[in-house]
Amino acid sequence: MSLLHWAILSPFIMALFVPFFYKYFRKIHTGWFVLILPIILFTYFFQFISETMNGRNIYETVPWIPSIGINFSAYLDGLGLLFALLITGIGALVILYSIYYLSKEKEALHNFYIYLLMFMGAMLGVVLSDNVLVLYTFWELTSLSSFLLIGYWYQREKSRYGAQKSMLITVFGGLAMLAGFILLSIMTNTFSIREMISQVATLPEHTLFIPAMLLVLLGAFTKSAQFPFHIWLPDAMEAPTPVSAYLHSATMVKAGIYLVARFSPIFAGSFEWFWIVSSVGIITLFWGSFTAVKQTDLKSILAFSTISQLGMIMSLLGLGSAALHYDHLDKNIYMAATVAAVFHLINHATFKGSLFMVVGIVDHETGTRDIRKLGGLMGVMPITFTLAVIGTFAMAGIPPFNGFLSKEMFFTGVVNAAKLGIFNMETWGLLFPIIAWIASVFTFIYSMILVFKTFTGNYQPEKLDVKPHEAPIGMLIPPIILASLVIIFGPFANILSQSIIEPAMASIQPSLLGENGTYHVHLYYWHGWNIEIFMTMGVIALGTIMFITLLKWSKIYDVFPKRLTLNKLYDGGLVALERSSYKLNKFYMTGFIRDYLVMIFAFMIVVLLSSLFIKDAFAFTTTNSAPIGIYEVVLALVMVAATVAILFAKSRLTSIISLGVVGYSVSLFFVLFRAPDLALTQLIVETVSVALFLLCFYHLPELKLKPKPLSFRLPNLVISLGVGTVVTLLALSANGTKLFDSISSYFVEASYKEAGGKNMVNVILVDFRGFDTLFEIAVLCIAALGIFTMIRLRLTRGKEG
Amino acid sequence: MEILMSILIGILFTAATYLMLSKSLLRIIVGTGLLSHGAHLLLLTMGGLKTGAAPLLGENAEFYTDPLPQALILTAIVISFGVTSFFLVLAYRSYKELGTDNMDNLRGTDRHE
Repeated sequence: MSLLHWAILSPFIMALFVPFFYKYFRKIHTGWFVLILPIILFTYFFQFISETMNGRNIYETVPWIPSIGINFSAYLDGLGLLFALLITGIGALVILYSIYYLSKEKEALHNFYIYLLMFMGAMLGVVLSDNVLVLYTFWELTSLSSFLLIGYWYQREKSRYGAQKSMLITVFGGLAMLAGFILLSIMTNTFSIREMISQVATLPEHTLFIPAMLLVLLGAFTKSAQFPFHIWLPDAMEAPTPVSAYLHSATMVKAGIYLVARFSPIFAGSFEWFWIVSSVGIITLFWGSFTAVKQTDLKSILAFSTISQLGMIMSLLGLGSAALHYDHLDKNIYMAATVAAVFHLINHATFKGSLFMVVGIVDHETGTRDIRKLGGLMGVMPITFTLAVIGTFAMAGIPPFNGFLSKEMFFTGVVNAAKLGIFNMETWGLLFPIIAWIASVFTFIYSMILVFKTFTGNYQPEKLDVKPHEAPIGMLIPPIILASLVIIFGPFANILSQSIIEPAMASIQPSLLGENGTYHVHLYYWHGWNIEIFMTMGVIALGTIMFITLLKWSKIYDVFPKRLTLNKLYDGGLVALERSSYKLNKFYMTGFIRDYLVMIFAFMIVVLLSSLFIKDAFAFTTTNSAPIGIYEVVLALVMVAATVAILFAKSRLTSIISLGVVGYSVSLFFVLFRAPDLALTQLIVETVSVALFLLCFYHLPELKLKPKPLSFRLPNLVISLGVGTVVTLLALSANGTKLFDSISSYFVEASYKEAGGKNMVNVILVDFRGFDTLFEIAVLCIAALGIFTMIRLRLTRGKEG
Repeated sequence: MEILMSILIGILFTAATYLMLSKSLLRIIVGTGLLSHGAHLLLLTMGGLKTGAAPLLGENAEFYTDPLPQALILTAIVISFGVTSFFLVLAYRSYKELGTDNMDNLRGTDRHE
């Protein structure tokens, strides 16, 4: 175990101690103890920047299940480090924020921090694992801890609904991803991602390549809330706001992005990857921004905005994969798309985290998140307002914030995509910049709604439950830090390019490294009068007009999306699934024993008959047969007559007596076939059985009074004839194919010599195979005890009487 | 002889199945009785019906019938007797408690009590 392993596991260890802090230090908010850990981890990871900048990656491994190649391998490269810094950095800020957000008297804080630490550890595990199965383990742990965090206020029905929905969707994707990982390991014969990447030259020819890619992508898309799997994210907003800020904007939803980036070296060369990733991304971008405008709840706006921004990052990753098809490294314009993806990933984490915190503050101080009730808070909460302006303007892509730069780079990416000469992009490529541009307009509109509907306009204190005021300073520090990053990463974006973005690029597109094994990324804040700047100006112009005239055109939302929502499909699907499985169960689980017997018999007939036919196992020979004797024939006729009599008997007495006749005939058969012990036993057993039958049923007066013949039913007859035929056929076939002689010559020889008995059957029963007899005695004892208990033990009587 | 016995066993199985598919609990028990008779005869037939002396060494015969299936059947008879008698008393008790021997009325329901 190296220090890196301990770093991954430390949140789990810390989680173990949280209940002690909570119980024994009630006066101090538990969050203060928890806060120490992410700060330590952040500084620990921060020092690796100098390592990864110089292309030195850290690889540490600990055997877990070495016999099947599962090792807990931690691998820290540029991409992993970027995510680790996001997770620990924003984690620390979120914990600080939650200290002020969650009351230490009213809330079950120990649960909250245990879940949060579990999540942090799992997330670190996801981004730092090299072994796919270990990655999957941590991946499911993030789903689980996210489920627990969404359902934190489990008394609320909506929380439970949201938690269940996110669980079902992300676990569905997680399982698909596991299948994809297994396919990958079958192709490459290893579980290590690095070793998979080293075999990338031969992989695309493999038949499992496309299925593995689709399954891995399914996992990434469900986790990162891509269309049409985005529906869980808005419902996950029932979680406490620090959770939404941390999980559902900055970290967990980026796990899918991480996965796509991490597996880019393996899959990105293919046509399917380019199309699926970029088109799903761009559809998500559009749909998320389009739907965000109609939301009235602040967190819902942010949820759809997150969906849309994740779609943007995803589409950039897809477009960036086109770079692999061009050789001229220096002029490779498509690499810029991947750079934009990484850069926007960082930017989004900063401004979205701060916006969630701002919304949390508004919610905390006013008691509502409904924009119809809010307005005019600018004077009441000036600091919060400033933070909101910074966050939303960055989100809308307005200078001088970092969102402007990444949006420009995004436009560069889509404009270049339209020029792409491969993958049918000559015809379809133009759609990318158009959709991206329209989506940006909507992004602008909802950003403006978010800030102006909340902070300007009419101040309506009568609609609010509490008197709003500025938040405490502790609650404001985390968003202030994030907002200052938003500002710094704008004009001074190059402090990121060498330290973070270049190493991350080296992990995403290792085959495109320059001569000395590094990239050269340089971000220009001002890049001249080009088409992108005009696009941005167009976005701002049209967005402003549409925002002002919002009331006039927002009616289109009433017509279209209300009827056609994916949530209805999901809910309806769940209900239909439940109903249809209930109906299916109802259909065959009738509760009638007869139906079950029919199924069992029918199955037996079908299986046995078909296997007889398939194997052509019919064999009728008379060579081994014994001659037919007259006594046997007569006895057989008697037996058939008695059997038929049972079937047609009107009274139960007749059928019992006929059963007795059959039993005595069997014992006569035993006599004829020279089995004296059997004959004796059968005679006695039959007598006692018939006596029992009579005792039990003849003396039940109600039954005696209503003798009814067995009613005829054709299906029953068919089934029973089938069973009889199958048994006869099997008996004949078995009799016709005797493969080897009996072992009984040994018993004939050894009975007297070794066991000292002349009755061979008895010697077998008590000597050669005495064990059978022992347990047969046990069976009889149990039956006797059971009968005795059944008759004597009457618990219900006592209750009634 | 084996072919004749096979057909006889088939008839026993047919009748037994038909009875087991009926509504009355008593008929089901009669059916299981017939089924065990059929199974015992099947065991005996499959062991071979060649004529020989009863498996008693005192007979001093040249050929004996196979003793092993007989031992098996003896065990089976006793066990099926035990099970049948238990089943009979169970049917008797359930009739006494529930007042019916109609299997359609002895149905399980969805209701959890």
